[in-house]
Amino acid sequence: MTTSTTEKLNRQGYKWSDYQGLPTTLCKGCGHDNVTRHIIQGYFDLGIAPHNVVKTSGIGCSSKTPAYFIHKGYGINAVHGRMPSVALGAKLANHELEIIGVSGDGDTASIGMGQFCHLIRRNLDMVYVVENNGVYGLTKGQFSATSERGAKSKGGEENALPDIDLCALAITLGGTFVARGFSNDPQQMVNLVKAAVAHKGTSMLDVISPCVTFNNHEGSTKSIHYVVEHDIHLNELGFVAAWEQPVADLVPGEAIDVPMPDGSHLVVRAVGRSFDPHDKIAALQVLEEAHRKGEILTGLFYVAEKAPDFSAALKVVNEKPLAAMNEAECRPPREAFEKYLASYR
Amino acid sequence: MNPVETLTFPQARRETKVVVNDLSIEVATVNGTGSQTANNTLAKSLFRMGLPISAKNLFPSNIQGLPTWFTIRVNKHGYTARKKELDWLIGMNPATWEKDVQALRPGAVCMWNSSELSDAPVKARPDLIAYPIPMTELIKSTGADAKLRKMLVNMVYVGAITHLLGIEEPVVLQVIKDTFKSKQKAIDVNVQCLQAGIDHARQHLVKADPYRVERMNANGKKVLIEGNTMSALGALMGGCTVLGWYPITPSSSLAEALIALAKKHRVDAATGAIRFADVQCEDELASIGMVLGAGWAGARAMTTTAGPGISLMSEFLGFGYYAEIPAVVFDVQRVGPSTGLPTRTSQGDIVSAAWCSHGDTEHLVLYPGGPEECYEFGRIAFDLADRYQTPVFVLLDLDLGMNFWMAEPPSYPTEGFQRGKVLTAEKLDELTKQSKRWGRYLDADGDGVPWRTLPGNAHPDAAYFTRGSGHDEYARYTEDPEAYRRNLDRVRKKTETARLALPRPVVETVPGARIGIVAYGSTHTAMREARDQLAEAGAKSDYLRLRASPLPLAELEEFVKKHDRVYVVEQNRDGQMEILMRAALRTPGAVDKLRPVRHYTGYPIDARSISDGVLALEKTK
Repeated sequence: MTTSTTEKLNRQGYKWSDYQGLPTTLCKGCGHDNVTRHIIQGYFDLGIAPHNVVKTSGIGCSSKTPAYFIHKGYGINAVHGRMPSVALGAKLANHELEIIGVSGDGDTASIGMGQFCHLIRRNLDMVYVVENNGVYGLTKGQFSATSERGAKSKGGEENALPDIDLCALAITLGGTFVARGFSNDPQQMVNLVKAAVAHKGTSMLDVISPCVTFNNHEGSTKSIHYVVEHDIHLNELGFVAAWEQPVADLVPGEAIDVPMPDGSHLVVRAVGRSFDPHDKIAALQVLEEAHRKGEILTGLFYVAEKAPDFSAALKVVNEKPLAAMNEAECRPPREAFEKYLASYR
Repeated sequence: MNPVETLTFPQARRETKVVVNDLSIEVATVNGTGSQTANNTLAKSLFRMGLPISAKNLFPSNIQGLPTWFTIRVNKHGYTARKKELDWLIGMNPATWEKDVQALRPGAVCMWNSSELSDAPVKARPDLIAYPIPMTELIKSTGADAKLRKMLVNMVYVGAITHLLGIEEPVVLQVIKDTFKSKQKAIDVNVQCLQAGIDHARQHLVKADPYRVERMNANGKKVLIEGNTMSALGALMGGCTVLGWYPITPSSSLAEALIALAKKHRVDAATGAIRFADVQCEDELASIGMVLGAGWAGARAMTTTAGPGISLMSEFLGFGYYAEIPAVVFDVQRVGPSTGLPTRTSQGDIVSAAWCSHGDTEHLVLYPGGPEECYEFGRIAFDLADRYQTPVFVLLDLDLGMNFWMAEPPSYPTEGFQRGKVLTAEKLDELTKQSKRWGRYLDADGDGVPWRTLPGNAHPDAAYFTRGSGHDEYARYTEDPEAYRRNLDRVRKKTETARLALPRPVVETVPGARIGIVAYGSTHTAMREARDQLAEAGAKSDYLRLRASPLPLAELEEFVKKHDRVYVVEQNRDGQMEILMRAALRTPGAVDKLRPVRHYTGYPIDARSISDGVLALEKTK
C-alpha cells in the first residue's frame, strides 16, 4: 500500500478521501452538492469510522447524493418515500452502525409522509436530512408539499396549497432533535451536521437546498436569491468535540450549553431574542411567527434533554449485533423446545 | 339441582347401527360468546383419547355478535379434512338456527339450547335425531355468576355430548384443569357446568344416535396445534432476530406467537437485553422495508402478512429481488380483496407471490402441506433466503394457519444456520492475496450466486452501494444495455440454482393408475381421503404434491408424462398453480393433459369436492 503523506487525516486516522464519494451527477450549482460537502466535513471532523456508516435514501435528486459521500461506507438506495423503514431494519440488525438518511421534500412530505412521521415518533438513532427545494426535480418541476402558497413554478403557475413545515411537524410528533439549515451556509450547516450525528435519537435536519434548474426563478420562494434574502438565524451554533477545550463559563441568558451523549457540546446562542432550544412550545411559536412574516428561520429549534432512542426502548442493544447472533443465542435448549411442544398435547 | 322439564318430540327414530370414531360435529354459535374455550375442551378431549381429529373455526370478520361455526371431525382412518356432510349439530345461535337445521342431512343429530331456540324447525324435520337441552335454565340452576352464564352455557353442551358419545370424563376434567391452570375458581365453575350437562343427558335424554367414541392409540406423541404457531416456532429455531409486521387476519397470530416465544427464550438474563427486535409497523410497506434493511445488514428478518399486504409490499419485493437481499415473508392467504371475506381461506396468492412486483421477477415460494412443514419451511426459509440472497415466501392459508391440526412434534434441529456467501474481512483479505477482485454482483462460482459483505466490515474493499437492477458486477451504477442484460441473466441463473435446492415434490403412486393429481398446501389434508374415494369409484390415482416454486421441472414433466390426465386441485377460481405449471412445462402435449378441480367457497376444501370434481371430468374425459 502506498501512503500519501500529504493527505489530510482526522484525529482518528481516517483520510479525507475516505469520506468522499463518486463525482456528482446533479446539475451544476445544485444545493444538494453543497449539502454533500457539509456532510463530508462534519463526518470527517467527528472521525466517524467510514465502514460503520450506512447511507440510506429513497428516490429523487436528493436520494442520489449518498453515492457522492463516504464511499467507504455502505449505501442503500431504496424505494420512494420508504427509506426510514430500511434504516430502521439496518439499525435494529446492527446497533453499532451510524445511519444517515438523505431524503427530499417529495420523498418525505408526500409519498414518505407516513414513514417520516413514524420514524420521528420512534426516535430511531439516525441522522435524517431533508434536502428541501420545494420542487420535484427528477420529474421536471412539479410543486412539492413544502412549496409555499402563491409560489410560482418555472412555467408561471401559482401554487394553490399551503406548505407543510416539516420542522413544526417533527416537533409536534415528538421529535428529539429538530433543526433547519441552508445549503449555502456552510458554517451553520457543518455545526448542525455534527450535532445531528452526536445526538442519540432521530436528528431531523431540514435543509433548504435550492434547485437551480426548476426552482430558481423570479416568484420562487426557494430560489437561492430568495433564501439568501429571507434567511433569519434563530441562533448561532458552536460545536465542541469531546476532545476539544471544554466550554468556558457561559453567561446565562446569552448562550446555552447542550451536552451531547458522546461527550461533545453544542453551544447555542440565540440571535436577537432569548430562546431555549429545550422549549418545545417556544420552538413552535417562533416557527409560526416566522411563517407569518415570510421569514425562513434556520438554526436549532428543539433538542430534547433526554429521550430513549428506539433500540434502547426495544432493549435490543446486546453485547453483539442481532445480525451476528448464532444458533446457541437464537435457539432455546432442547428441553425448553420439547416442553413447549408438549404443552400442545 | 332443580328438576328440569323434559321436552317430548315426535321423533321416534332410533338408530340401531353403531358408528364408532367417525363423525363430524358442528357448533353453530355467535362470536364473542366465549364458546371457544368449550369447543377447544371438546376437541382436545377427543384428541387426548387418541382419536384422529381436526378442529376448524369458521368465523366472521367481526368481534362480537355474528355467526360462527366450530367444526370438529373425528375419524378413525385419519381423514381430518373438513367433512362436507355434517353428522351432529349443536345449535346455539338463534340467527342461523332455522337454516342450520334445514341444512342437516336425514338422520343427522341435532342438539340445541331449547331455552333460547324454538323447537319448530326440528319438529318440521322428523328425519333428525333430536336432543333438546334447556341449557340456559340448567346454567341458572347451577348458581353460576350471572355475568359468566353466557360463556358457561357452552360447557353444558360439552357435558351432554361427553355423556352421549362416551367421551372419558376424567380426560375432559383434566383438559379443563390444564386450560385454566392455577385458576381454581374458574376450574370449579366450568366443571360444575360440564357436570350439569352430563347429568341432564344421563337423566333426561335417551340415546338415539349411532355415534360412539372409543379410545384409540392413533396419536402417539402428536400435538394439536395451529400452523401459525408451528411457523413461529420454525422462525425462532431458524434464527429470526428481526420481525416487522402489520396486524392482518389471518397472519397476526403467527407474529404474536413468535413475539411470545422470543420474550421467553431470547432474553439475556443478566442484562435484560432481548436477542430479538419486534416492530409493529405503520403499514406493510414499512414492514417489508424494515425486513429488507435488516436482511441487508445481516440479520435474519421476516414479516407476516396476507394478500392485501403482499400487494402493498410488491414494489419493495421487486427491489429485494434485484438488490439481492435475504428476507422471509409469511403470507397466510385469505379470500381477497381487502373488503372480501378476510376470515375465510383461499390459495389466492400463488401467482401474486411467484411473480410479485413489476418487471421480470421469479420469487422462491414454499407451500407447507401441514403443520409439520409450517415448522420445517418456517425454519429453512431463512437458510434459503441467506443462501440465495433473495426474498423467500412461505405460503400458508387461513385453514392451515389458524385451525387446529394434529402434528408430529418436530425434532430439535441439529443443523446449523446456513448463512450463504458472506465475505468477512478475513475472507476478503484472502481473495486480495490471491489477486482476485470481489464484485458484489459478480458470478464468481458459476452458480449465479454472488458473494456479499455486511455493513460494518472494515476491509478497505468491502463497502458497496446497493440499488435495484441498474448496476454492474461491481455494484457500480450503470445504464449500459449489456451490463443490464448480463445482470438479469445472472439472477435467472441464480434462480435455476435455487430451484434445485428447494424442497422436492412428494409423489405417491399406486399400481395401474392412469390419472395423476397435483395439489399443494392445505389441500393435502383432504387428498388421502379423496383418493380413497376415487379408488372406490374405480378411478385409481397417483399424487404429486408440490412444495415449492419455481416448480420442480424434472419431476413434474415426468409425472405428467406418466399419466393420461392430470388433475390440478386448487383452492382458488383461476387455477393459479396451473398457470405456473403451464408456464413451466416444456414437453409437447403436457399442458393439454391438465384438468382443473377448483374449490373456492371460502371454506376449507373437503375430500368429496375433489373426488366428485375428478369423477365428473373423468366422465367427459
